[in-house]
Amino acid sequence: MSPYEAILLTIITASTPLLLAAIGELVVERSGVLNLGIEGMMVMGAVCGFAAAHVTGSAWLGVIAATFAGIATSLLFGLLTQTLMTNQVATGLAITLLGLGLSGLIGSGFVGLPGVKLANVSIPWLSDLPYVGRLIFGQDPLVYVSIALTAGVAYTLNHTRMGLIIRAVGQNHASAHNLGYRVVAVRYACIAFGGATSGLAGAYLSLVYTPQWIENMTAGRGWIALALVVFSTWIPGRLAAGAYLFGGVWILGLYAQGMGVGIPSQLLSSLPYVATILALVIISTNRRLSLINTPASLGQGFVPDR
Amino acid sequence: MLNKSNNNAPMTLLQVTNISKKFGDFYANDNLNLSIETGKVHALLGENGAGKSTLVKMMYGALQPTSGSIFWQGQETLIASPAHARELGIGMVFQHFSLFEALTVAENISLALPVQLRQGDLSQRIADLSLDYGLPLNPAALVADLSVGERQRIEIVRCLLQQPKLLIMDEPTAVLTPQEAQALFSTLRRLVEEGCAVLYISHRLEEVKQICHDATILRHGKLVAEVDPKVETAATLAQLMVGSSVHQVSRDANGEIGEVLLSLSHLYQTSSAPFGVDLVDVNLQVKSGEILAIAGVAGNGQGELFSVISGEERNPQQHFISLLGQVSDGLNINQRRLLGAAFVPEERMGHGAVEHLSLTNNILLSRHACNDEGSSLDRGWFGIDRRQLAQLNKAISINYDVRKSREDDVAGSLSGGNLQKFVVGRELNRKPKVLVINQPTWGVDAGAAALIRQAVIDLSRQGSAILIISQDLDEIFELADTIAVISRGQLSPSYAASELSREKIGLMMAGSHEQTAQAFGA
Repeated sequence: MSPYEAILLTIITASTPLLLAAIGELVVERSGVLNLGIEGMMVMGAVCGFAAAHVTGSAWLGVIAATFAGIATSLLFGLLTQTLMTNQVATGLAITLLGLGLSGLIGSGFVGLPGVKLANVSIPWLSDLPYVGRLIFGQDPLVYVSIALTAGVAYTLNHTRMGLIIRAVGQNHASAHNLGYRVVAVRYACIAFGGATSGLAGAYLSLVYTPQWIENMTAGRGWIALALVVFSTWIPGRLAAGAYLFGGVWILGLYAQGMGVGIPSQLLSSLPYVATILALVIISTNRRLSLINTPASLGQGFVPDR
Repeated sequence: MLNKSNNNAPMTLLQVTNISKKFGDFYANDNLNLSIETGKVHALLGENGAGKSTLVKMMYGALQPTSGSIFWQGQETLIASPAHARELGIGMVFQHFSLFEALTVAENISLALPVQLRQGDLSQRIADLSLDYGLPLNPAALVADLSVGERQRIEIVRCLLQQPKLLIMDEPTAVLTPQEAQALFSTLRRLVEEGCAVLYISHRLEEVKQICHDATILRHGKLVAEVDPKVETAATLAQLMVGSSVHQVSRDANGEIGEVLLSLSHLYQTSSAPFGVDLVDVNLQVKSGEILAIAGVAGNGQGELFSVISGEERNPQQHFISLLGQVSDGLNINQRRLLGAAFVPEERMGHGAVEHLSLTNNILLSRHACNDEGSSLDRGWFGIDRRQLAQLNKAISINYDVRKSREDDVAGSLSGGNLQKFVVGRELNRKPKVLVINQPTWGVDAGAAALIRQAVIDLSRQGSAILIISQDLDEIFELADTIAVISRGQLSPSYAASELSREKIGLMMAGSHEQTAQAFGA
């Protein structure tokens, strides 16, 4: 394997959890909900996925457990913000803190135990092609899942009725309600989808990236995913590009350090956030861009009439 | 036309019997009866809070009655939801459009259609039907790019696609030019000839007389009269709605015109709002004792003009604006208030007043720095002068007839008309030398509107310069000494009110400079 191939492989591995978590949050925000609890849902996915895989010996059961852990955490967020009408920002932060704490408690017995790694896909002949074999045909299955999810979300949002309803609910929940759509139900569904992909992202960390459980192993990736959604201006294609860009910057930074290039690691790890701030500035200076892409009722709770 | 309607003999389409709706202890609708016949435009009249919207929402399935029943085509029917109402053949055009700005016309319409109507080439059908009824629409256009009149067309076309038997329209002409309103009326007449029934809610009694066949009048949730609007006069209809005769606004023709107190010269302003309107070379002068009204269809730069004059949008580098002879571009709203100007924005809730704050706190918000009696409400280290504030609140309530359940209620619990009286009263009570009001009586009942208009006239006769921005031509002709028209961010020259007719203003409102030039034969 050439060094360039190795770098590309690590970039994809570093980017996939970002893409998984962000594509779910993109759907959540398109429906008008701001869930800042990605980090918490991810870390819950990571610990539950690791525990299930360790106990059963099956990485796939771990993936499933992680998905459900993410959904369960997100439904707690949904219950609080959609039914009990709590503030979405505060609740999201609380979910992150809760997830970090609870995962530490659940995972305390699993620290240092050997994990189960999700095996890479291996297609005879194709996976052994020079240069592109490993890259295109030999990744772990979740990489393909993340790409399929992104394409699926893009198609659903832009070309299906379900996507139109999600966008309508996120644009103007009062109008959507007047037309007879069940705003809160749509939002619950989107929140659960976001929880599922965040759980998957967590599973990716504890079953693929570093197959073991380390407390706080998400290490801020949930926040980067959140930043990515804004950076992408809520467009799935741009989101995927952004995820690989952020992953790439991160990995190249590591290689640069390894080769003794004097870039402070703090500077590199702040790059995604700097990029997001720039994206926000560009969006808000362009009236049309901000109006068309920003879900207008983002972060506002919906209380129907009597 | 008479012959035609005789051909399809009218039959009762929807009947409401003994219907009541109770919110808490309050009857929004009290034992109402109403029947709507095919081939007729039925007017539903009443002041704000009379219960019109509640009744209509029950017919459209958005609310359920506390008691009483609804008969649809002779069958007792429980209209469970708006979707159910649409299935039955009831379409509704809302007063506040339920549109999604970032979606296209076709997407907006598709969202409101039942499954079987979404099939096939929806865009083509929208284009065909809208042309057929004289309501041209581009299905691929983004709603955000459309004028208010065009947005209303979307709502109407979306109802028509479902071939409704009953079309409910809530204040449809509130945002239209006179010409657009006439076009709407011919669409309605055609629908009625085709056997559709229309329930028409409006404040504008002249148009009710023009197009409606029956009228039901509500007051305080009760039915007060069923009349034939063709034989009534606007005055008798208004009297039935209000319950007493409406105060006629009186205007002393001999206002004394003095020096220029407000002037804008060659004002350019790029809007900061998404899809806002840029102001281009705006010139105007308002003199002491003069009321200048700016007419125009909503969304042609009125909001932008108001915020530039009030100082919410500032241009410190420029010299466009002069208030009481002083260049004011760099001043913020409080500094402008201290000069003697006062401002009443269009949106009373959220802009003019804060919903959850008490009335006294709302007074404080606009008056803390500029109480004209020379004593500030702000006592520095000693906090706020609550006693004076309470007195002010009392004075405003008495002078401007603000009705409320408690002396210092929260703004959100006042009805629209009373809140507007409060917001206007708060500024008028200062006797400002310059007053700028955006939509002084929008969505306000006849009684409150008359009071506000009279107060504005009285202030001008005491030597203040007043600028009114309004869409309501009745109001403009009642108040204005001079009139200018705003269209796409450009302001026409000012003309004496007597020189202008509704038709001329309508042409100017609709558009381009060529039309303006034509209107004046230039």
